Amino acid sequence: MNDPNKSSITFSRPLERVTRAIIVGASSGIGEALALRLAREGYVLALLSRSEDKLQTLCEKINNDTLGQAVYFVHDVKRTEEVPELFLKVCTALGGLDLFVYNAGIQFPNDPTVYSAENDLDTFHVNLLGLVSWLNLVSIRFQKLKSGHIVVVGSVAGDRGRRGMPAYTASKSGLHTYVEGFRNRLYRHGVVVTTVKPGQVSTALLKNTDKELWPISADLAAEYMWRAIKRRRLVVYVPSRWLLISWLIRLVPSILFRKLNI
Amino acid sequence: MAWGMASEACCYVYYPEDVNDLLEIFELAKVRGMTVGFRGAGQSYGDASLNGEQILVDLSGWNRILDWDPENGLITVQSGVTIAQLWRRVASSGWWPPVVPGTMNPTVGGCASMNIHGKNHWQVGSFGDHVIDFKALLPSGQTVCCSRLESPDLYYGMLGSFGMLGCFLSMTLQLKKISSGEVQVTALSAANLHDLLHIIDAHKEEDYVVGWVDCTVGSSAIGRGIVHTARHLDLPSQNILTDAVAINTHELPSKLLGVLPAKHLWVFLRMFNHRIGYKIINAVRYYLGLLRNGHGFVQSLAQFNFLLDYIPNWKRAFLPGGLIQYQCFVPFRNAHTVFHKIIQCCANSKSPPYLGVIKRHKTDDFLISCNLDGYSLAIDFSVKDSNRAGLSSLLAELDKIVLEAGGRFYFAKDSTLKPEATRSFLGPKTLARLMDLKLGCDPDGLLQSNLSRRILPELHGYQVDKR
Repeated sequence: MNDPNKSSITFSRPLERVTRAIIVGASSGIGEALALRLAREGYVLALLSRSEDKLQTLCEKINNDTLGQAVYFVHDVKRTEEVPELFLKVCTALGGLDLFVYNAGIQFPNDPTVYSAENDLDTFHVNLLGLVSWLNLVSIRFQKLKSGHIVVVGSVAGDRGRRGMPAYTASKSGLHTYVEGFRNRLYRHGVVVTTVKPGQVSTALLKNTDKELWPISADLAAEYMWRAIKRRRLVVYVPSRWLLISWLIRLVPSILFRKLNI
Repeated sequence: MAWGMASEACCYVYYPEDVNDLLEIFELAKVRGMTVGFRGAGQSYGDASLNGEQILVDLSGWNRILDWDPENGLITVQSGVTIAQLWRRVASSGWWPPVVPGTMNPTVGGCASMNIHGKNHWQVGSFGDHVIDFKALLPSGQTVCCSRLESPDLYYGMLGSFGMLGCFLSMTLQLKKISSGEVQVTALSAANLHDLLHIIDAHKEEDYVVGWVDCTVGSSAIGRGIVHTARHLDLPSQNILTDAVAINTHELPSKLLGVLPAKHLWVFLRMFNHRIGYKIINAVRYYLGLLRNGHGFVQSLAQFNFLLDYIPNWKRAFLPGGLIQYQCFVPFRNAHTVFHKIIQCCANSKSPPYLGVIKRHKTDDFLISCNLDGYSLAIDFSVKDSNRAGLSSLLAELDKIVLEAGGRFYFAKDSTLKPEATRSFLGPKTLARLMDLKLGCDPDGLLQSNLSRRILPELHGYQVDKR
């Protein structure tokens, strides 16, 4: 099924519209759970990530067990030069595009004693810079169409700089601001841009945090994200309790925050 | 976007200037592993002129009239010439395109690809019947000249093959001699479907005959409507279109009833885009017609034929969802039963059609053809987010009724047909012949469209999809 040229991808019919989505960072965690959630709603998906094995398994599961359909493309978001060509290829395979989700993210272990430029650059490349090419290409397309939905997965960690993971928090903070700019630019063209700020979610990244605080499962996070997509929300905390927690954290004065162990 | 605005797609649009450009596009498509679709004026209601995420060749720029012989009424035109260009060019010499659709905007290439028909199908046949010969470029790179005698297989195959075999470059049409630009129209009202079909059949020998049917009413008044018959005025005293001034008098009016600016009327129509609104408009139209039963009047050919152009952009009244048309062709003997069932289903549905039109047809020799000895019923539906699912199941039900009665469908209007229904009405022999021609003309499978992938995925080697 992964030969898009001769695949059984459903052809859109005027009265039976098929919703098509790209998920970048779909092989595990929230991306995987969201792919399954969208597939249950009948979405036709293009799944992108570095891990071909995981993508293949996920595609098979979607194509066999759900209403939706999926094809996969192996892609490392750090290879931004590939994106323009790949974007055209993916849209052709899907036969259109209605939803774009950027979920790629890495986080190195939370350790205030480690100083690593390499790790920090990696974090910025995956969490923030990898989005740049995608977001511009998708925005051009959606602006012309005067429709479409972009969802970018940030983090509650992006609301303050944390001593144990400055690159991660800065990358997510930059992501929020960057995406907000696109939201304000595209809003007048009928395009919705959603920033999702998950709190702690039980994924591989959770191992790298120093303490756990009410983590939720990836499936539950995907369910909340699906609701946000349906309602075309602009900024959403997942789960919503993190709105209050994040607000309280933002209220803490810097003089105090730098002495806290968070 | 499709003309009906209910389907849209992103395509890589190319505007070739000549055949060499088109050859380059075919080459590019081969290298990139893409497919190529064609678009003329984009006047198909459905997705015929779309090729989502693939190459779409816009041929509207190929709009030159290459040769015109006013003595014999033979005109050679490029495929992007529109019906409007055509009639305006030839009417002053006393000729008229023998087959025109309800709007003057389509290109002749589009008309030939869909082998369209007019309100005079019984009398003169379809568009293809008047194509003397045509020149086409096949994706294989070969240019072919086809007529009934030269390459007849391709001639009868390409006319009506919805752009799947090649690209029309130019064609020569035989026009109809007229001695005036006017027709004598008679309006006849019918109280029910039986009367309506009877009147249409009784007047099929007139130059034009078309029936409007109220599809919002069921039970005893089912199929009530008005039939318009028209005959060319050919008295020597009639006004012959000898100059541009005379042609201008035959253009459509810019104001309706002398005061209402036509181009803004679609805003007014929007107010009636709901079930009650359709009932009101159809009832008013029927009772006005009843009052004027048997009334005769003279209209210009353009005004009689191009009814859809009276209110520019009237389709905007159906925004944001747009509109679709469902047109089925049913054999003469089954027409009453089938149309009765269809209109009853429509009248009972939550989304009744706002317009219904019945025409008389005859068979033809083209490979892909909707025409048969019988009637066609065309019904227009407004599409809304709230009625998509209901409309889809209603039309699937209508498909079954039509197929059981040996009916056929018309790709130029289609938005909903599924592969099973297409296969069923075309039959295995026609399909096999189409496949053979496709393989010969387009061995790399370059030519595709949203329509072709939807109705005949196997034509392009696709597996049949999940739904």
